[in-house]
Amino acid sequence: MASPTRPEPIPGTVIFDGEQAMKGYALNKMCYSFNEARNREAFLADEEAYCARYGLNDAQKAAIRNRNALELLAAGGNIYYLAKFVGMLGLNVQDIGAQQTGMTVEDFKAKLKAAGN
Amino acid sequence: MARIVGGMTSSHIPAIGNAIAGELFEDPYWKPFFDGYPAARAWLDKVRPDVAIVIYNDHGLNFFLDKMPTFAIGAAASYRNDDEGWGLKPLPPYPGDPELSWHLINALVNDEFDICSCQEMLVDHGFTVPMSLFWPDRVGMTVRTIPVAVNTVQHPLPTPARCFKLGQAIGRAVESYGRDLKVVVVGTGGLSHQLDGQRAGFINKDFDLMCMEKIVSDPEALTRYSIHDLVRLAGAQGAELILWLIMRGALGGTVTKVHSHYHIPISNTGAGLLVLENAA
Repeated sequence: MASPTRPEPIPGTVIFDGEQAMKGYALNKMCYSFNEARNREAFLADEEAYCARYGLNDAQKAAIRNRNALELLAAGGNIYYLAKFVGMLGLNVQDIGAQQTGMTVEDFKAKLKAAGN
Repeated sequence: MARIVGGMTSSHIPAIGNAIAGELFEDPYWKPFFDGYPAARAWLDKVRPDVAIVIYNDHGLNFFLDKMPTFAIGAAASYRNDDEGWGLKPLPPYPGDPELSWHLINALVNDEFDICSCQEMLVDHGFTVPMSLFWPDRVGMTVRTIPVAVNTVQHPLPTPARCFKLGQAIGRAVESYGRDLKVVVVGTGGLSHQLDGQRAGFINKDFDLMCMEKIVSDPEALTRYSIHDLVRLAGAQGAELILWLIMRGALGGTVTKVHSHYHIPISNTGAGLLVLENAA
């Protein structure tokens, strides 16, 4: 039953609400730390230790290890903080869009372009 | 007395900041987007506003999930950006207008909008990208800025109706300010886009174009949507339309459309640009 607090789900979309924000707090806090270059360097030098320092759970650690955006979202990640993680890896939102939709980056870009027709 | 001379809207996505830094103005991908802006800058050259109130959302530079204000207003003498994690260049600080900021904060709280005031506030691409598009000449720029950050990161987000009312309250607050100032209000972000989930890449051109019409002539129609409606119709990040509604609320009932431009795609986004002149 749809209500203001529990509206009908939107396919392929996770609403980042209080529940997700609690679930993903440690993961998002780690990703927020990547605003600073020295933290990016520390992560890249020893990923496992860095994840442990922020208290990530096993699912979050695995999602980070797999560089998998859908797993990161399912583990409570918020796209704006995850963008700092993937940005550090040299990926942009088209790369991530392609990964999440199972398309090649070229096909994903073509789909965006086609939306203008 | 201070007066709101007009409002503008612009996308604020970080890829635009990179394209500006790379001077890709004539690049075939970017040219159709950048070509919308000279007309907006010509209007600014004519009107010469003293202050820009910039409505944007922070994407995890100044605010984290530990403390997430729904509405936050800068009250600093200047605002700078910083490393957001992917190498956007630091820009010269933007001058503020703390006296007007505190007038806004006092007037809005008195008007029952409970504002988080920020004497220190880093501004991210949501603020700097539209500023760079509208005022590319940082040496000659004389406009002072007041950042207004709205939570679009963590639900619940403020409703479209609430945001429109906040804009109306900002309009009243500016008009009650004693100094003789020309103020422009910038609504950033949008239009349709979704970055996350299996629905990433969702763009809704028809909805965007409808919003660009309604925001001029019948903004109340857009306030009837819920946030969930906006996520469904415009994508998860398309809910940033609420930032445009704050801008529009600050203007009067009647506005004149000076300029309008829409382009798909910039990165994952339908990019809408409007210049609206407030009725005198």
